[in-house]
Amino acid sequence: MRFSTLVRHIREGTKNVFRNGWMSFASMGSIIVSLFILGVFMILALNVDKLASQIENQVEIRVYLQLGTEQAKIDDINRQIGRIPEVKKVTFVSKEEGLQRLKENLDPDAQSALDGYENENNPLPDAFDVEVFDPQKVADVAKQIQAINASDADQPILGVKYGQGTVEKLFKITNAVRNVGLIVVAGLAVMAMFLISTTVKMTILARRREIAIMKLVGATNSFIRWPFFVEGVLIGVFGAAVTSAILLYGYSWLIRTTQYDLGLMLIKFASMQDVGGFIAGTLLVLGALLGIWGSTVSVRKYLKV
Amino acid sequence: MIEMHDIWKTYPDGTVALQSVNVVIDRNEFVYIVGPSGAGKSTFMKLIYREEVPSKGQLSVNGFNIGKLKQRKIPYVRRNIGVVFQDYRLLPKLTAYENVSFAMEVIEASKRQIRRRTMEVLDLVGLKHKAGSVPAQLSGGEQQRIAIARAIVNNPSVIVADEPTGNLDPETSWGIMKLLEEIHFRGTTIVMATHNKEIVNTLRKRVIAIERGTIVRDEPRGEYGYEI
Ligand SMILES: Nc1ncnc2c1ncn2[C@@H]1O[C@H](COP(=O)(O)OP(=O)(O)OP(=O)(O)O)[C@@H](O)[C@H]1O
Ligand SMILES: [Mg+2]
Repeated sequence: MRFSTLVRHIREGTKNVFRNGWMSFASMGSIIVSLFILGVFMILALNVDKLASQIENQVEIRVYLQLGTEQAKIDDINRQIGRIPEVKKVTFVSKEEGLQRLKENLDPDAQSALDGYENENNPLPDAFDVEVFDPQKVADVAKQIQAINASDADQPILGVKYGQGTVEKLFKITNAVRNVGLIVVAGLAVMAMFLISTTVKMTILARRREIAIMKLVGATNSFIRWPFFVEGVLIGVFGAAVTSAILLYGYSWLIRTTQYDLGLMLIKFASMQDVGGFIAGTLLVLGALLGIWGSTVSVRKYLKV
Repeated sequence: MIEMHDIWKTYPDGTVALQSVNVVIDRNEFVYIVGPSGAGKSTFMKLIYREEVPSKGQLSVNGFNIGKLKQRKIPYVRRNIGVVFQDYRLLPKLTAYENVSFAMEVIEASKRQIRRRTMEVLDLVGLKHKAGSVPAQLSGGEQQRIAIARAIVNNPSVIVADEPTGNLDPETSWGIMKLLEEIHFRGTTIVMATHNKEIVNTLRKRVIAIERGTIVRDEPRGEYGYEI
């Protein structure tokens, strides 16, 4: 193909968007409606995912040591835990700190109940707080920490706690929520295809004459396809751009107007930075693909003459 | 140039539109195809520009064996055949100029060539001043002139015209005939199906009459031979 022919196809495809005014408008409308619904659910899914991660990240492992474990051994265990690949951070919590934290969690009136347990009377064991990279792996990491005992006759680890049972249940729920989100988004994508294919069917009828005439003057199939392809991409990308703009503007408004109310409830929306690029990028690619798909389907049917 | 040997055409529904047609049309002939409605005239034309394929027989146009033509080659054969219809078949959203120039874009002519040649043929059909009008702004005769301009813009060796004056009043029809004569005079073969008795009997040319799918008459400088 000559370069000037390519320019011609792009020019012609662009002109066709305007020439077929209401049909372009209808196609763009169905792309905007589909992508809008899809985008709303994607933002919802992103937020649910963020919320789930927030909850998951609060999951921590607490490792209790035998009373009277020597400092050298404590350091050694600290190092051994730190060497497990999934472990992000190990923090030593001395029994004094443990008591302090316990106190802070009580009502001020009740705090006096713990008076008299300081220093040599402190019944708490020394402990480690262990953070892991992937909260879903806590059970596994806990087992590995417990296993340190096996290579030590003193059995220095008294116990490993991570909210056994509760954590597993939490993950079941967060994973289920994510999967449902994914299924809903996939379902909406299919629905969008149906909506657009209906529009395409309407436009095909109007375009078959045009294709027949192009064939009559000796246009090759690829010559006929190109402007339709350009037209499809333009309609899809423009529709996606409009949708992204509406969605992201609406979302930033939502964040702004609700930040004080929800801030008190410790819930935070996924930030604009988290959502913006992802939504706009995904919608633009989807829009272009839907446009190409629509135009390809509409032409293919009438090329076999 | 156009050679048919024992050509048969049966449509998928079983209608036999042509049976054992034998004909040779030479370079630079002007031929009328006449006959009653449903005789097979349009089918005869459609075989020439490869809209339909013969069910049986040998057909060659400009040296191409139409029956055995590969799908991929069809566009290139059509570029050497200009087609004109009763209903003009212009693209309604394009201007007169664009309707003609796009036939040249199809063959990837250069921008300068397209501009020059398009204006040239618009001038030839007498519609240079209407270049910017869309079909809805043109009369039937003007639309047919644009369709003819589109048909000749790539200098085809044959023009196939299926009732080109079918929708036009007598005076406008004569204008179109003068134009076709002029194109013929410049060296193009013309095959024209028509029901117009006055034209056939006045502008005398070779006449091929088809009835029920068979050629029943083929005379140089013939007459229409039917009552309307
Ligand atoms: N696509 C088709 N499928 C089935 N039958 C067809 C088809 N096209 C034409 N026919 C039949 O073939 C026969 C010849 O039709 P054709 O159009 O060639 O006639 P015609 O001579 O051009 O008639 P008219 O003068 O009315 O235009 C007719 O009986 C017609 O019904
Ligand atoms: Mg006919």
